[in-house]
Amino acid sequence: MSLDLITSEGHRVGGETEFDAPLAIRGLTVSYGEKPAVFSIDATFQPGEMTAIIGPNGAGKSTLLKAALGIVKPLSGLISAWGQPMASQRARIAYVPQRASVDWDFPTRVLDVVMMGQYRSLGLLSRVRNDHRQIAMDSLERVGMAQFADRQIGQLSGGQQQRVFLARALAQRADLYLLDEPFAGVDAATEKAIVSVLQELRAQGKTVVAVHHDLATVPDYFDRVFLINTTRIAEGALAEAFTQPNLQAAYGGRLATAQMGAAI
Amino acid sequence: MADVWPPRKWARRSDLMLFEALTLQLGYNATLVTMGAMLLGIAAGATGTFLFLGKRALVSDAISHATLPGVALAFMVMVLFGGDGRSLPGLLIGSAITSAIGLLCVSALTHRTRLSEDAAIGAVLSVFFGFGIVLLTVVQSMNAGRQAGLESFLLGSTAGMLWNDAVVIALGGTLVLLAVLLLRRPMTIVAFDPEFAAGAGMNVRRTELAMMGLAMAITVVGLKIVGLILIVALLIIPAVAARFWSHRVGHVVLLAGAFGGLSGYVGAALSATAPALPTGPIIVLVAFAIFLLSLLVAPARGILAALIRHRRFQAQVHIRQGLLALATGQPIYEPLTIRLMRRRGLVRADGVATETGQAQAARALLDEHRWQVLRSDPAHEEAAAHYDWLTPLDTVLTPDQLRALDDALGPRAAT
Amino acid sequence: MTGSEFVPLSLPPLVIGICAAIACAVPGNFLLLRKQALIGDAISHVVLPGIVLAFLVTGVVSAWPMMIGAGVAALVCVGLIETIRRLGRIEPGAAMGVVFTAMFAGGVLLLEQSDTSSVHLDVEHALFGNLESLIWLDATGWHSLLDPAALAGMPPELWRMLITLLAVLAMTMVFWRPLKLSTFDEGFARTIGLPVNLIGLGLVIAAAIAAVAAFDAVGSIIVIAMFICPPAAARMMTNSLEAQVLWSVAFAVLSAVLGYVLAGYGPLWLGFENAVSAAGMIATVSGVILAIAAAFGPFRTRHGVPAEI
Repeated sequence: MSLDLITSEGHRVGGETEFDAPLAIRGLTVSYGEKPAVFSIDATFQPGEMTAIIGPNGAGKSTLLKAALGIVKPLSGLISAWGQPMASQRARIAYVPQRASVDWDFPTRVLDVVMMGQYRSLGLLSRVRNDHRQIAMDSLERVGMAQFADRQIGQLSGGQQQRVFLARALAQRADLYLLDEPFAGVDAATEKAIVSVLQELRAQGKTVVAVHHDLATVPDYFDRVFLINTTRIAEGALAEAFTQPNLQAAYGGRLATAQMGAAI
Repeated sequence: MADVWPPRKWARRSDLMLFEALTLQLGYNATLVTMGAMLLGIAAGATGTFLFLGKRALVSDAISHATLPGVALAFMVMVLFGGDGRSLPGLLIGSAITSAIGLLCVSALTHRTRLSEDAAIGAVLSVFFGFGIVLLTVVQSMNAGRQAGLESFLLGSTAGMLWNDAVVIALGGTLVLLAVLLLRRPMTIVAFDPEFAAGAGMNVRRTELAMMGLAMAITVVGLKIVGLILIVALLIIPAVAARFWSHRVGHVVLLAGAFGGLSGYVGAALSATAPALPTGPIIVLVAFAIFLLSLLVAPARGILAALIRHRRFQAQVHIRQGLLALATGQPIYEPLTIRLMRRRGLVRADGVATETGQAQAARALLDEHRWQVLRSDPAHEEAAAHYDWLTPLDTVLTPDQLRALDDALGPRAAT
Repeated sequence: MTGSEFVPLSLPPLVIGICAAIACAVPGNFLLLRKQALIGDAISHVVLPGIVLAFLVTGVVSAWPMMIGAGVAALVCVGLIETIRRLGRIEPGAAMGVVFTAMFAGGVLLLEQSDTSSVHLDVEHALFGNLESLIWLDATGWHSLLDPAALAGMPPELWRMLITLLAVLAMTMVFWRPLKLSTFDEGFARTIGLPVNLIGLGLVIAAAIAAVAAFDAVGSIIVIAMFICPPAAARMMTNSLEAQVLWSVAFAVLSAVLGYVLAGYGPLWLGFENAVSAAGMIATVSGVILAIAAAFGPFRTRHGVPAEI
């Protein structure tokens, strides 16, 4: 039996096959202090799906992502990637952190940042070959930033910085993409560019998971939602999970405000 | 009960000395220095709290190292004008001037260039100190044959201190302490939230300047006793130690003052008992002992308390998750969850729920159901904000509110 | 000045000064970018208790035990700072201030309590070093550099500093990519499986090795100055990490050479008889370089040219 108020796709009662998913989370609880930031989360993300993680401020969206990646240590819970421990599958996972999480004053240029995505194939000392450079340039091309390759990163606008981060993730040539608020504080053109890149990835059968803020654009951009407010509220395809009662449950009294924000 | 106090059998020489020192019986100078160190410690602890809360503790390190060139320059100037060169007030004025310049340099580097404050602090402290050493070697050659004794400012030295010097220190300590008492309110607000302070019409810049000025005054007064390398400890350690005991600024300031005063008093008294006990290091080590004690056992933020709280919290989380899994018939994956539940008699060795386990699982599920309703209802927003996913709802809500929730739940409430 | 005067008296201290300056400046670049510049300050303070303990344990003033003692003290210091910061939830600056002052105080107390009057071990030496005294008496001119017998009389500090410099440079080159990556974006570095904590620790250890070796030869004040001033000045000259490190090396060399020359000959030019502290002067020169870079460096402010599309 599952919780009545949770729109279930059968994840909770399904067999072991769900663990072969690119990302499966079971019973995840993370706490920074004496109150859980996320509590007992179950989640499954399959290939060819593009999921928005939505919920009010402080609902634990970023924490969920960071815990899934092993950046923050969970209090309890299991995380697996393609049925294996997360740590063994890092080569297949790309992460786009929040733009504000790094020091953009760092003395380096755009191309160098994108090449960081190829660290696993470069290693400590091997020479940077032309195909490394080519992959990095292709990635920049895909996000429309090729002409900025030699620019110092501090000189970029917020949207351009976000595109550089996405290009770095593309250069990783991963199968699972986790993005933390990729649309926060970016211009309309950047938002469009990012969405089309993500949709290409989905079409290629990759798994895309993004923390998202703007309820109004959810139906246009994504095909699945994961609603969270410390616990899981709902998970599933738009038609099943992106419903008024679920949103009400996730946002509570703040839903009106959230929707007003969306309408503008 | 011995008829003499302290009892005779205690009266090995050092014990006796210590007792006399602690009760201020080692002569006027030692007494004045001990009182001065105590006053200084109180003022330093309180002032340091504001620096620490403003996350700028190490600015004091730049301030203190930047005094060295001032000391040397003041000496040179006084000698050039035919004076003794070792007059304490003159040297202290010199040290205040260069440490103020150092402070301005930190501020300029932080605000005018891309350097962060820690780099600015490190640059200023090392360069000013290096320049001070250059000047010290000049003083040594000026003074060929006669010891200027300026090196004593590095580590502090109260040996052979003159009566006048002791008065300067005691007076200085008192004045700084009075200034701290006077300025404590604006400094609290500015240290906690400079933007709010600015919004409330306070002159943030001036208050910050006053804070730095006080730190500087403490450094200067403490130069002779503690020395410029260690005076920063008196500004930082009592404040950090006090923070473990309380979450309220006022209490932290008071405690830091008390810790600082205690360190100064005990340290100065201890060091007066033997020549090989330099005052500055002893004061710092007393402060550090207080810090260690606070770090370990303080109930508010100490390590032991935090560890116990964390373990208890983790167990709570695991059991709650386990109970919910039991109630909804899902498997429990986490070995720790199973272990904790077995220890509490909620499941049997084979993982099947006991009777208690079933009862508690049902309760947890009911709580969860009530919680779902409560959360989607804007009327309960306040309660929802305080919910921690662990406390039973019937301890948070009134019976009336619970009944209303159960009505909304309908038949499921009965399960 | 002729070779017969320069080589024995000035060459060894100059080379030692230059090596020490570079060995500290290179890891200093990363400490600066990680906002850990003051770790260098902390490390150089705790060297004192380290060497005093080593002396108390071995009973002799000898370089290797003291370097090991200082290295251990540096690691203990960093470990304590990290422990206090995490367990006590104290901001790093304050945690540093608590640890290094307490350890330094302990060192001074140990020194005063133990009988070191017979040996050359005191706080001032630890702070200022004595670069000027590192002379090479066996040398008679430039040709001595090719004379094995004369080379054997070279101050041992020179070889130690040279080896340390090479080790620091080699480590920096080998770990360049992970260092750069984890300094820029720690979260991302974790997700691709880099041992971020280990890299941070490695950097601090490299800094500690440089600090300890340099301290042995030149005292701790140069160490702090070289960790911070040349990289800080270099940051304002360029927007590329590679160029920044090269600039910092250039500034470090300039500080060492100019500082040494000014300390030795400056007072003579001004008509005084005695030289001044070379260590202090090197730190001073590095400060002047920093001031010039802060006033005129092309990339001195945070916001460079605005982006154009």
